[in-house]
Amino acid sequence: MKYLDEFRDPVLARRLFEEIERITTRHWAIMEVCGGQTHSIIRNGIDQLLPEQIELIHGPGCPVCVTPLGIIDKALDIAARPEVIFCSFGDMLRVPGSRKDLFQVRSEGGDVRVVYSPLDAVDLAEGNPDREVVFFAIGFETTAPANAMAVHQAASRGLTNFSVLVSHVLVPPAIEAIVTSPTNRVDGFLAAGHVCSVMGTWQYAPLVERHRVPIVVTGFEPLDVLEGIRRVVAQLESGRAELDNAYARVVSETGNVAAQEMLRDVFEVCDRRWRGIGEIPLSGWRLSGPYLDFDAEARFDVAGLDAPESSLCRSGEVLQGMIKPNQCPAFAKGCTPHTPLGATMVSSEGACAAYYHYRRLDGPPAAELTVV
Amino acid sequence: MCLAVPGRITDIREERSTRMATVDFDGIRKEVCLAYLPDAAVGDYTIVHVGFAISKVDEESALQTLAMFRDLGVLGGELR
Ligand code: SF4
Repeated sequence: MKYLDEFRDPVLARRLFEEIERITTRHWAIMEVCGGQTHSIIRNGIDQLLPEQIELIHGPGCPVCVTPLGIIDKALDIAARPEVIFCSFGDMLRVPGSRKDLFQVRSEGGDVRVVYSPLDAVDLAEGNPDREVVFFAIGFETTAPANAMAVHQAASRGLTNFSVLVSHVLVPPAIEAIVTSPTNRVDGFLAAGHVCSVMGTWQYAPLVERHRVPIVVTGFEPLDVLEGIRRVVAQLESGRAELDNAYARVVSETGNVAAQEMLRDVFEVCDRRWRGIGEIPLSGWRLSGPYLDFDAEARFDVAGLDAPESSLCRSGEVLQGMIKPNQCPAFAKGCTPHTPLGATMVSSEGACAAYYHYRRLDGPPAAELTVV
Repeated sequence: MCLAVPGRITDIREERSTRMATVDFDGIRKEVCLAYLPDAAVGDYTIVHVGFAISKVDEESALQTLAMFRDLGVLGGELR
């Protein structure tokens, strides 16, 4: 069992498509929250193989896409300083700030390094006591446990030259913001499987109850996505609104308790601005009191920096499911992965990048998942 | 960043009082921290995010799900 090929089996995919077709009687709009799922859907052509009444709306779950411009500008400011080694996940390097990106800072002499794990940045700080090592701690609940552990380890190793630029975001408040929006047309949600593997499914029960909306925790392989859709449609068609878990091989109700404990220790909940969307109350994490010494914003005095979004980029509407990427006038014209105007065109999890990469320029393209 | 695929743990050791593992992702090997998955064992499949193992993949549950997919065409309307 490799847990990959088995969940990409075209014969079983066809059964799922047929079952969804069989139970669907009317139009339903289903949002996949996670950018990884968007990518899987577009790559495999799932949206085009589903019955026409099922509309998939791509959600805001791309960590690179929602990191606010102001934070990117802070990162660029810090990374350009001669004493700093600036460490980041690779996807952040091409994300445009208001004037440049981290790649450009690097080409201008900034010491910008890509790390695989935030612990690598902690090791770098230990090995370079005469430099300031700053780690760009972004992402959803999936990357947060690793980033929390890096801060915790830096504290226990007594490092004074390590700090983090934190811009963590949380999924449940984003779902809340979407369902309570006056323009909302989402009937049911596929919740992000890997976020739930950390936090558990319990966080979503109040949302289901408050808003009477089906939420199905869903994985990333084609069969996982189809099963998530099947379960949402089954609920909607029978008038139910329940929390369900279609990814039980990875996700439990309680989640990873050890990770949650570390998160509660190192971070505290705060209001957070989402790029293209705006401020969502209590939708992020910042460092908690005992770890404030590791806050890069305070250490480098960039807390006041702020920047307005590009007026050309419509990623806010893309991230909220109001338009599809190829409905943005700049899509594939002024804006491509090489000349991105917005972060959704940069990230491997961004909806604009997925549409560009799989040639959804307008008409129907070739799908990778050949259903037999 | 969140799009992680399962990898198989091939080796576990202590490094600076932290449990570390080598995880094989279909031929690509990565060093992974096991601090959040203390009971993981060699041979387990795990989902890894930015260098940290977050959850084990449960074989029994995976097989059940696949069996249910196989039954779909046969049982049809009986599934809810
Ligand atoms: S295509 Fe480019 S400009 Fe348009 S919304 Fe996407 S990232 Fe922004």
